[in-house]
Amino acid sequence: MSTVSRALEARTRRMGKQTLRFRLTPAVVAAAAVVGPKEGQGPLGEYFDIIKQDDLLGEKSWERAESRMMAEACRVALRKAGAALGDVDYLIAGDLLNQITSSSFVARELKLPFLGLFGACSTLAEGMAVGAMMLDAGYARAVLVAVSSHHCTAERQYRYPTEFATQPPPTAQWTVTAAGAILMATKGDGPAVTLATVGRIVDAGIKDPLNLGAAMAPAAAATIRQHFEDTGRRPDDYDLIVTGDLANVGKEIAAELLSREGMELEDRLFDCGSSIYDPSQGVEAGASGCGCSAAVFTGYLMHGLLTGRYRRLLLTCTGALFSPTTYQQGETIPGIAHAIALETQDAPGQ
Amino acid sequence: MEGAEARATRELIRRATPQRPVVFNGLRAFLVGGVICGVGQIFLRLYRGQGLPLREAATATSGTMILIGALLTGLGVYDRIGRQGGMGAFLPITGFANAIVSPAMEFKREGFILGVGARMFTVAGPVIVYATAVSVAVGAILWLLGRAG
Repeated sequence: MSTVSRALEARTRRMGKQTLRFRLTPAVVAAAAVVGPKEGQGPLGEYFDIIKQDDLLGEKSWERAESRMMAEACRVALRKAGAALGDVDYLIAGDLLNQITSSSFVARELKLPFLGLFGACSTLAEGMAVGAMMLDAGYARAVLVAVSSHHCTAERQYRYPTEFATQPPPTAQWTVTAAGAILMATKGDGPAVTLATVGRIVDAGIKDPLNLGAAMAPAAAATIRQHFEDTGRRPDDYDLIVTGDLANVGKEIAAELLSREGMELEDRLFDCGSSIYDPSQGVEAGASGCGCSAAVFTGYLMHGLLTGRYRRLLLTCTGALFSPTTYQQGETIPGIAHAIALETQDAPGQ
Repeated sequence: MEGAEARATRELIRRATPQRPVVFNGLRAFLVGGVICGVGQIFLRLYRGQGLPLREAATATSGTMILIGALLTGLGVYDRIGRQGGMGAFLPITGFANAIVSPAMEFKREGFILGVGARMFTVAGPVIVYATAVSVAVGAILWLLGRAG
């Protein structure tokens, strides 16, 4: 490495090729999960803030229901932090729908300065990385990061009408109906965001939109590997290496890919998509969607961080960046993953 | 991804990807499709018993099965039958009703013109297009064979 790039590295808070180090370590002050009935009935049901009894939420369309869940998650997160909308400098949000309308409709309602993101199911980590950069650079004191997905909005946009009778293959994943919101601030108590590794696209050549776990697994493995290379950390520095929505098929592939690189994660590897539903709920390989990692992180994993069960987590949200047009035209599915390191105040030092 | 690493990854994905349980699915399709056809047979007998000639009774049976398929779709039951039955639920006329009614329900929120009207045949459209095309082709072949014979 040249002297110039070394000097730049020290100044620009970068580590290695793809990792950012936050000096002000923005805190996750509060997080909230609003989920649908199926998610509420799953094994993590008790950890979610609000469980809706009906997928439509009494609205006239699935899309309106999804937006309302996201807005509600934002308000619950603020309430938990004892904060008001006026305390928030930016809303950073994304979802799975065309032109990310679920998010912009929430931004219209909350009247906050708004940055919309599309990272498919990786959007939570992408939003947290962008939010942490803004906080660390002093451009904001508090930001709300929110994402959502809805089984029925995703189904009708990406696949078939919701009532159409199809038989999913064993690799299919069920899109989670949930919204998660995170209030991040430079001042406040809560787990700190210390590092973010921004992922590259990895395309494993998968063309089947009903096998997204396999399409995203190589990206997840690449980002996790890069995170360790950039930071010099090792898997056992983390209590849990979390992946977003690889589900059972993708998780197995990611674990094998990392094992080939000499990283045996075993029980340390936790996939939100394999955890939010019980196999008896009829979801084939598991779950997917922005709401999957969002609900599991803001509900279950945040609970673990706050109660001291986990002191350091690597949250790796995974996304499949395709559209119905691209797969119908025979294009392969590009995968991406972004990783965020979260640490409690008493996490062991490096 | 390129080269040996990409090949190894693709091989790993291929190995880790479970295949559809074809025999089990076939059995389920056989049972579900059989039950649907059995119900149809009951109606056919019923209409025949009421004195309808076979042709009319068959038409009345088709109409009844379409009604049942549409009703079960509207009640949110037919998609669950399809999850189990696969092609056994899609192929009978009840499945065709489901293929028309499900988009009609789904896109009603976009209005009757651009929603229901424009998108009602998104699933069944290809079936109609190619069934019509094949029937014309088969008709032409039969006509030619008839002339030759």
